[in-house]
Amino acid sequence: MYQIIKQILRTGIKTETPPDPDDTLRVEVQRIQKNILRHVGRALAIRCVDAGSCNGCELEIHALNNAYYNIEGLGIHFVASPRHADMLLVTGPVSRHMETALKRTYDAIPQPRLVVALGDCGCDGGIFSPTDSAGNPCPSYASCGKISNVIPVDVAIPGCPPTPIAILQGILTAVSGEAKAP
Amino acid sequence: MRLDEFPTKFAKLSGPMPVWHGTVDAAQLRSLCEQVERGGGKLLALWGSDELARDAGYAVHISLVTALGMLCLTLPVSAEHPAYPDISDLFPAANRMQRTLADLLGLYASGVDDHRKWLRHGSWPGSVHPLRKNFDGSTVFPTETDAYHFVTVSGDGVHEIPVGPVHAGTIEPGHFRFSVIGERVLRLEERLGYLHKGIEKRFESMTLAQGAKLAGRVSGDSTVAYAWAYAQAVESVTGTTPPPRAAALRAVLLELERIHNHLGDLGYLGNDVALAFGFAQFWILKEDVLRLNNELFGHRYLMDRIVPGGVACDLDSKGRERILQVFGHLEQEIHTLKDIYDEHAGVQDRFLTTGRVTPDLAAQLGLTGLPGRASSQAWDLRAQFPCEPYDKLDVRMATHRNGDVAARVTVRFEEVQESIRLIRQIMDQMPAGELCASIGNAPENTLGIGWVEGWRGEIMVALHTGKDNAIHRLHPHDPSWQNWPLLEHAIIGNIVPDFPLINKSFNLSYAGVDL
Ligand code: SF4
Repeated sequence: MYQIIKQILRTGIKTETPPDPDDTLRVEVQRIQKNILRHVGRALAIRCVDAGSCNGCELEIHALNNAYYNIEGLGIHFVASPRHADMLLVTGPVSRHMETALKRTYDAIPQPRLVVALGDCGCDGGIFSPTDSAGNPCPSYASCGKISNVIPVDVAIPGCPPTPIAILQGILTAVSGEAKAP
Repeated sequence: MRLDEFPTKFAKLSGPMPVWHGTVDAAQLRSLCEQVERGGGKLLALWGSDELARDAGYAVHISLVTALGMLCLTLPVSAEHPAYPDISDLFPAANRMQRTLADLLGLYASGVDDHRKWLRHGSWPGSVHPLRKNFDGSTVFPTETDAYHFVTVSGDGVHEIPVGPVHAGTIEPGHFRFSVIGERVLRLEERLGYLHKGIEKRFESMTLAQGAKLAGRVSGDSTVAYAWAYAQAVESVTGTTPPPRAAALRAVLLELERIHNHLGDLGYLGNDVALAFGFAQFWILKEDVLRLNNELFGHRYLMDRIVPGGVACDLDSKGRERILQVFGHLEQEIHTLKDIYDEHAGVQDRFLTTGRVTPDLAAQLGLTGLPGRASSQAWDLRAQFPCEPYDKLDVRMATHRNGDVAARVTVRFEEVQESIRLIRQIMDQMPAGELCASIGNAPENTLGIGWVEGWRGEIMVALHTGKDNAIHRLHPHDPSWQNWPLLEHAIIGNIVPDFPLINKSFNLSYAGVDL
């Protein structure tokens, strides 16, 4: 126990001790965090669904929980049940095999609900989508393509994978009602 | 044919890894598989291809690993009788690979009992095989119900707990069917395939140059290993040798990937036994490494940094200093945290003997990679078949006998420390020179294999070329194929609440096997 306490004290509070090269980044984190707090008060519950991602986007969602971004410290929680969620955060192109599960999860979230699509794959199907003769991404035998092909999307965050900062920004955009995805 | 004859009878593929390839008939295939199994070798991968356009029916390809290297066998299969000998009696891991081959290509292992589908759910009918060349990948079928027969356990007080595909945490989708009595698990059956998005079909519409990006997205957390394996395969078919500096940088990237994944897992494993402190600490360290990756190489997860021919990034002396600086801190912190994990009675109580896979069972069922090494399966490509620059490094393999969560934690600690040592040594011996060699044309109908020890285990990319540098067929193979079935065994006799912990200690890829 003594060792643990010593280590905690030695580590300090990461969210407030900026290491040199990341000053700009840190200012950004704090600004976004403030904005999110202003809009959601003390609680935003997010349910994540991986609808077909390569798991790269999940890595950055996990990173939001680390001490640098400290998303839980803001009252933003990732919840286990869609029944408890205000927002659905979806990654990947939607695989045909996840189509039903994604729709059911969406239906289970109480209204009003927000949907954020994450990553290039979520935005337009990304590299996994074949293209039709005109060069536009199209569905395949195994993939429905972008998330808005399956459920309505409020905000789509590009990036492969989008950085934690971009994800925070996207969440903020969704809760502040500033944007609708095309 | 005797097994020891293959290096003389079969062709060795060009490239840094010891891989031989030959065409065999069904009897030879069985016999070679039996000899490999008896000699303590293992099955790496099984896949198929459609060769109708070349008037050659279909083909089944099997890669086996022996102490000498990889033996890749091709068995031609006629279009009228698309069947091949079952090898799942020798290598149980073949079961799901054979079922996948039936789903995707309509080639059947003769004499098997388990005729269930594997990757196919309800999105296309059983009579359709998406990897056949005459199937248009953009055909969309109406969804059918997914009738799948789970093995049921009956008896007094036995009940089933179905979990997934959407799980409680932010993890990939898959279905787990537990049969339990009270809290104790009698049986677990997995059903995967939810992430199947047609990656292999997609590859077939790409050229060798285009495929690199997709290969790096088969399983995002292993992007470096896949990109390297893909590059090796392309370099093999085009007869390209990457410059020595590129080889050294590739190893730096691969070890960085190992470090950040292991750090993340060590944090989550602490979290799963209610030591949130462990999560907080290790994820600070992980984020430090991700930021270092971004600062030096331009991507937090190092995607697209390895390209066919070499690398798309460099490391100067300032970068080297930054790595040494971060590693100095990292080493010290890991040392402290390891002491804390080792001495924390609550943590050790949950880690020790939980989710045990004995060395015997591991050998019998083919456990591989990191969990394999925690159960005495001493395989590590970097130590056994070291390609440049590992041939100059004398990699120390981490192995343990206990096969429990504690052993898998220890292997991770040791591998992080070894990766730090390796990167330092590579940077000390960093050759000067070019970063990328130009890629020539690939002859048609040629096989190239890439084989890399990723953080989970062996990643293989098998590339069959088509006309004009197109991809005729590509099979990316994740070690999770071998290890998922062992997870079903590791949980037996444990309690349901320990499943997340055991699952995390394996940390297998869903995307990498669902394809
Ligand atoms: S956007 Fe990139 S990281 Fe995210 S799922 Fe798609 S390929 Fe993976």
